[in-house]
Amino acid sequence: MHDFTRRSLLQGGTALAAAGALTGPALFDFAKAWAQSAPWKAEKGAKLTVMRWKRFVPAEDDAFNAMVAAFKAATGTEMNVFSESFEDVQPKASVAANTGSGLDLAWGLHTLPQLFPTQVLQMNDVADYLGKKYGGWTDAAAVTCKQGNNWLGIPVATIGGYMTYRKSSVEKAGFKDFPKDFPGFLEMCKALKKNNTPAGFPLGHASGDANAWLHWILWGHGAYTVDKDNKVIINSPETVKALEYCKALSDTFIPGVASWNDSSNNKAFLAGELHCTANGISIYVAAKDDPNKKELTEDTYHALWPVGPIGKPTELQLCVPILAFKFTKYPNAAKAFVAFMLEKENYDKWLSGARGYLTHTLNAYDNSPVWTADPKNQVFSQASKRALPASGIGTPGEKAATAIADFLVVDMFANYCTGREDAKGAIAVTERQLKRIYR
Amino acid sequence: MADVALQPRTAKRQIREATAWDQLRTNRNWLGFWFMLPAMAFLIFFLAYPLGLGVWISFTDAKIGRPGEYIGIENYEWLWGDSIFWLSVFNTLLYTFIASAIKFAIGLYLALLLNENMPFKAMLRALVLIPFIVPTVLSALAFWWIFDSQFSIISWSLKQIGLITENINFLGDVTWARICVIFANIWRGVPFVAITLLAGLQTVQPSLYEAATLDGASKWEMFRFITYPLLTPIIAVVMTFSVLFTFTDFQLIWAMTRGGPVNATHLMATLSYQRAIIAGQLGEGAAISSAMIPFLLAAIMVSWFGLQRRKWQQGENND
Repeated sequence: MHDFTRRSLLQGGTALAAAGALTGPALFDFAKAWAQSAPWKAEKGAKLTVMRWKRFVPAEDDAFNAMVAAFKAATGTEMNVFSESFEDVQPKASVAANTGSGLDLAWGLHTLPQLFPTQVLQMNDVADYLGKKYGGWTDAAAVTCKQGNNWLGIPVATIGGYMTYRKSSVEKAGFKDFPKDFPGFLEMCKALKKNNTPAGFPLGHASGDANAWLHWILWGHGAYTVDKDNKVIINSPETVKALEYCKALSDTFIPGVASWNDSSNNKAFLAGELHCTANGISIYVAAKDDPNKKELTEDTYHALWPVGPIGKPTELQLCVPILAFKFTKYPNAAKAFVAFMLEKENYDKWLSGARGYLTHTLNAYDNSPVWTADPKNQVFSQASKRALPASGIGTPGEKAATAIADFLVVDMFANYCTGREDAKGAIAVTERQLKRIYR
Repeated sequence: MADVALQPRTAKRQIREATAWDQLRTNRNWLGFWFMLPAMAFLIFFLAYPLGLGVWISFTDAKIGRPGEYIGIENYEWLWGDSIFWLSVFNTLLYTFIASAIKFAIGLYLALLLNENMPFKAMLRALVLIPFIVPTVLSALAFWWIFDSQFSIISWSLKQIGLITENINFLGDVTWARICVIFANIWRGVPFVAITLLAGLQTVQPSLYEAATLDGASKWEMFRFITYPLLTPIIAVVMTFSVLFTFTDFQLIWAMTRGGPVNATHLMATLSYQRAIIAGQLGEGAAISSAMIPFLLAAIMVSWFGLQRRKWQQGENND
């Protein structure tokens, strides 16, 4: 748990100052003024326990901690914040929901509020307040958090993943610009392999990266696991086409992708062995922070995911919503904190701290400084707008989350691409498992 | 009168039958019960209850955070037709059989070697223990690096020597991945087998070997007719534990491959974790774990009955 000492605050402030953000006394002044006029007044003696996912970019954590400290000082709310790895957030939040104690707020992955809709505090007023003030919510973010007309949580941000590539290698492969459609992308990957500067995308159990790019291939061909009524429709000609395209693509990859986890492509790219992959901005940030990787940093660029035969973006981006539990003794403090997090004075500096790792879900932040501070960040600003919810065209919720967590789509593609199953067999296994989940 | 009045009461007290409380206080069997009670409570609450709860959950559709409804054997019926589950069963048996056999062979060889008089014996014995004292996750991460598709030190060395031109796809190829995880398990498990068998060897009386030497027995005959029979009970115990540890292995696989590539190294334990904890299907995950019980019971029974048959341990001849 964090204990906000003067030292930790100063450290946080230093990091934020580097990002040119509202820090130190100014931040506290703003927080005090905000608390005076905010629609939600924290209960007297309020104490909030907050669980969040463990940060990947240290400066983001600093910004978050500074914001928490300012809220604490302005409202008198005691704040206990602790971090858990992505995989642990969901089980721990579920246990809290089940036992009715332990946590007031949980900040986790895309489907978290949908897992226990009867246990969460409805955030309609907070969503309304923020939406009106900041230009409305992006579609995918709203769909992820809403059940009917009710907001089960607030979509704080999206962790965007995009094409990360070496510009010199792509140009050498004969492409002045990064391809914008599937055929062009396949041709580029073939040429990259020919030049011994291969692309590579994980076909292993990489929770974030493997699910992201394989759902993109699937959806890009117009294939989905379930339809809008949650009927399993994976067994379709479109899925076969997606498998065939993926097989052709995987033949161009650097060897070893079937064993990759979420960190493998980062390592390979930074080592100079991989020349195109899909990832969050963390590869670029790590290269920028390493004085020995100046050349690699300059040569690294980002691009949007190419668009598939269906002619529109089909990206799976990771929304990270926050929810408050219904049993919290301090619902006003909880709502106030969530609203405070997304106020411009906080949110802009937070995005700056995340250096492009987090993408806004409120339209007014389209022009946040982080997206113009470095032109290579700009692509990531579109993550929340181009994303489909994790369920594709189906209903977001526990079932969609289970299908993703159990790597059903990943295994289907991996089975086919590695030759373990033919298309019919790979689809049949996946279809059976999906029917089990959506029964 | 007072005496007369008291007398029957005294007599009545003398012939009173011992109450249950008296028995609990004085009876030797009950005393034994009292002494056993803490151990029984421990076994029931910390071993039997979790096992029973796990089995119960396997008959429900419990999800993380929700207790679920009783659904009978539906989870087991589902698993019966689940190719990934059967692949995990195959992987588990393959992993257990090969790793246990090789661990036994190497462990026995090392134990016999370390039982001989040789220079630096104490140091060599300590060296054998090293894999055992390294935390499993740490050694798994080390093996993950050793067998990494892009950064394997083995591939790098072989390329430097000129024996290969491309990296070996250790953890990305089905066969190689299985070999790698089995190798890592053997590396970790050999010290346990070696040191335990060495302890057993130390209990064999040297006079038996002296007598055999006088009778002109060869080294092999001494092993076959003295060492092996006397070591059999230890072997039975060691192999039982070795099989149990290998069958239920989780950390090594999870840290190295997460069950990949294409589920080729998924053991029942890792698949159970993935389904129950990661995907939230507690009932199904519990069913996979419960399906391990018959295999584990079988392994225990083989050793148990093997030991029971050796009546000479209680001073009788072998059957």
